[in-house]
Amino acid sequence: MKSSEYAAGSLLTVANLSVEDVAAILAATDRLERMAAAERARILAGRRIALLFYESSTRTRTSFELAAKSLGAMTTLVSDKSSSIEKGESLKDTGLTLRALGAECIVLRHANSGAPYLLAKATGLPVLNAGDGMHEHPSQALLDLRTMLARLSGVGGRLVNGKTLDGVTVVITGDILHSRVARSNAMLLPRLGAKVVLCGPKELLPEDALGLGVHGASGCVVIERDFDKALKQAQVVMMLRIQRERLAGLELDLGDYISRYQLDEERLAARSPEALVMHPGPMIRGLEIAGEVADGPNSAIEDQVRHGLAVRTALLVRALGVGGFESVTV
Amino acid sequence: MSDILILNGRVVDPSSGLDAERDVLLRHGRVAAVEMPGALRVAKAKETIDAKGMIVAPGLVDVHVHLREPGQTYKESIKTGTAAAAAGGFTSVVAMPNTVPVNDTVARLEWMLDAARGACVKLFAMPAATFGSLGEEITDFHQLQRAGAVGFTDDGKPVLVDRVMRAALVAAAGIGVPVSQHAEDTRLTGGCSMNAGPVAFRLGLRGMTVEAESKIVERDVRLLKDIEQHDGLRPHLHVQHVSTAKAMEAIRQAKREGLHVTCEVAPHHFTLTDEAIGEYDTNAKMNPPLRNDADRLAMIAGLMDGTVDCIATDHAPHALFEKEQEFERAPNGITGLETALGLALRVLHKGQGMSISRVIELMSAHPARVVSLDGRGTLRVDSFADVVVFDPAAEWNFEAVKSRSKSRNTPFDGAPMLGRVVATISEGTLVYRG
Ligand SMILES: [Zn+2]
Repeated sequence: MKSSEYAAGSLLTVANLSVEDVAAILAATDRLERMAAAERARILAGRRIALLFYESSTRTRTSFELAAKSLGAMTTLVSDKSSSIEKGESLKDTGLTLRALGAECIVLRHANSGAPYLLAKATGLPVLNAGDGMHEHPSQALLDLRTMLARLSGVGGRLVNGKTLDGVTVVITGDILHSRVARSNAMLLPRLGAKVVLCGPKELLPEDALGLGVHGASGCVVIERDFDKALKQAQVVMMLRIQRERLAGLELDLGDYISRYQLDEERLAARSPEALVMHPGPMIRGLEIAGEVADGPNSAIEDQVRHGLAVRTALLVRALGVGGFESVTV
Repeated sequence: MSDILILNGRVVDPSSGLDAERDVLLRHGRVAAVEMPGALRVAKAKETIDAKGMIVAPGLVDVHVHLREPGQTYKESIKTGTAAAAAGGFTSVVAMPNTVPVNDTVARLEWMLDAARGACVKLFAMPAATFGSLGEEITDFHQLQRAGAVGFTDDGKPVLVDRVMRAALVAAAGIGVPVSQHAEDTRLTGGCSMNAGPVAFRLGLRGMTVEAESKIVERDVRLLKDIEQHDGLRPHLHVQHVSTAKAMEAIRQAKREGLHVTCEVAPHHFTLTDEAIGEYDTNAKMNPPLRNDADRLAMIAGLMDGTVDCIATDHAPHALFEKEQEFERAPNGITGLETALGLALRVLHKGQGMSISRVIELMSAHPARVVSLDGRGTLRVDSFADVVVFDPAAEWNFEAVKSRSKSRNTPFDGAPMLGRVVATISEGTLVYRG
C-alpha cells in the first residue's frame, strides 16, 4: 500500500484501516454523539466540505450532508444532476477546481471503482469514499459494525479489537458481485474476528469472492450457496438489494431467486429466530426481503441509518484532523 | 556511412551459433568482417568502440510497436518512438496500424515509411488486415506488400468473423506473410478492464476471462487446418502478445501438429501479475491484461521450451492526462522499448537461467524470421550493420523521466533492470550511445 500518497484522514477503502483506526473512529462516534448539539456545531465551524456525487444517492448524500452540517461545516453539493460538473471535464480537474474554491475535504460517490484513489492523489485532500463502482462503501461497513456492536447481545461491552466479533457469523446474501457494501463488510468484519458467510447463486457470487478474505485475520470469509444452511449459523443476516438493472445478460430467474434467497418470516423463524436483520438500502420489499421482516423486531435497518449519520460525523472530523484526530494517519 | 570498428567484445550471434570474443567491422551499412581479436587492428575506422566486457549482438527486432503517427503525435511520433527503440537496443521495429487514420492503404503505408518521418532505426509496418480495422473486408494485401508490408493485423482488435479471418489467412498465405492476430473475443470482454479473478473481484472491476483469449487462438488454428486441407495453402498465423496458459497450450499443440503458427510474449506478461495494479494504477492497465501468477509462469515456460518464438514489447504510449483517469476509462497500454532487454535479462537470464544467446535469439533472430526481414537479426558478413552493444552485468533502475519516448506510461518506473545498452547501430549509423 502506498498510503502516503493520500492525505491523512482519507477513507478510500477499509483495507487501509487498522483495527486501532476502527476503534478510534467508533470511540469518536460515541464522543460526538454524547455532545450537546451546540458544542458539536462548533467543531467544524467554517470548514468547507464538498460533496461530489456522480451517482445519485439520497441516503448516503443526505447522511454525509447532515453529518457535516451538525458539525457546523459548510457543504456544497456538486452532482452530475446539476450542471455543476462540467461535461467532459476530468475527475482530476474537477477535484482541483474544488480545491481552488476552498474545499478542505471531498466526499465522493462515483460509478467507477477506484475513482476516490485518483481524486485523493490528484488533489492531496482528504477524500471520503461514499461508494465507488462495484468496489467499496467503507463508511457503510463502519456503520454496519456499529449497528452490530449496539444490537448484538454480549458484544456491546467488548473492546474494539481483533476479537470483538469472535463467535459472530455474519451472512451476507444477494448480489455480492455488484455490491460495494458486501466487499467492505467482507474485508472489515473478519479483521474483528467475525466469520463472514457470503451467500448467493453463482451468477451473483463467483468463487473469486473468496479473495476478499484477509490473511492473518482471526475471522474468515466463506461461501455457502444454500441460504437455509447459511442462515442457521447466522447471528447477523445482511440482505442486499437485487439490482434489476444489473441483471441484464445474467441468466437469473427472479422467481427462482425469491424462492431460494428471499428472507421471509417463515425462513427466519425456522432457521435463525434471533438473528439481527440488516439491509444497506434501498430495499425492494417482496424481492430480497419480505416486508414483515424488514419491519419486524429483528430488523436493524432503521438503526443502520441512525448509526450512519453518527459514524459519518466522526469520519468528517477525522478527515479534517480535529477532535482527537489531529495526528491521524491513514 | 562511415566505418565503425567494435573491438574486444563478446560477440553473441545466435544466427551463426557464435558466442566468443571477436572484433567487428561495419562498413557501408553492412557487416564487413567478424574476426578473431586483433585481426582487425589495422582496419581504419572513423569510429572505434571498445567493447571490453560488453556483449556485441545483432540489433534487436520488435515485431509489435505503436508509434501513434499519424494522428496522435502528442503520445508519440515515429521520430520519438524509434529514438526510444534505439535506446532500448532495437534496430528494427514493426509499426501496428491502429493510427488515426488506420494504416490500410498503400498511400498511408508509404507516407509512414517515408524517410521524412525521421525514423532513426529501420521502420517496418503491418498494415490493417481489414479496412479501418473494422473486421469486415480485407485490405489489398498484394499492393500493400509491394509497398513494404511485412504482415497484416487489426491489432487492438481481433478479426472476429470466421469468414473474414479465413480470407485474410488465405490472402496472406498466397504472398508468404503472416496474419498477426490480437486474440481477444471481444464479445466476452465488454466493459472489462483487467484480468478476471480474485484481484478484479476485490477491486470491483469487470474481468476478462482467459477463455476470451484462448477461444480466438483455437478458432484461428481450426482455420489454419481447414485452409491447409481445402486450399492447399500453408498460412502463417502469428499470435500477438500471448498472456494465458490456455492460449499458450493451444499454440504448443498447433505447433506439434505442424501448423505454421508463431507467437510473441511481452516482457510485462512474464514479469508482472494483476497484483501490480495495486490501487488502480493505470500504468498497469493493458490489453491483454496482466494475468495471475500461473499464467505468468506459463509464459516463462513457453519461452523456455521454444513454444514462444519471440519477445515483443507492444510499446503503447499514452499521454499522462489519458492515463490519469478512472481505471475503467483509461486507455490500455504501456511503453516498453526501453525496458524490454533489461527485463528479459533480469527475469529470463538471471531468474530462469536462460542463456544470453537464447535471450538475444528471442529478441533478434527469431522476430526477424517471423516477419522475414532478410539480413536482420544476424551479424553474418554482408548482413545489415544493425548492432547492439550492451553491458550484461550492469544493474540499474529504469527512470521513466529519462525515456526517449514522449510518454511515461510504464509500470516499470524505478524497476530494477539487468543489462544496459551502451551503443545501438542501425545500418552502420550510431543511433544511440548510452
Ligand atoms: Zn494487441
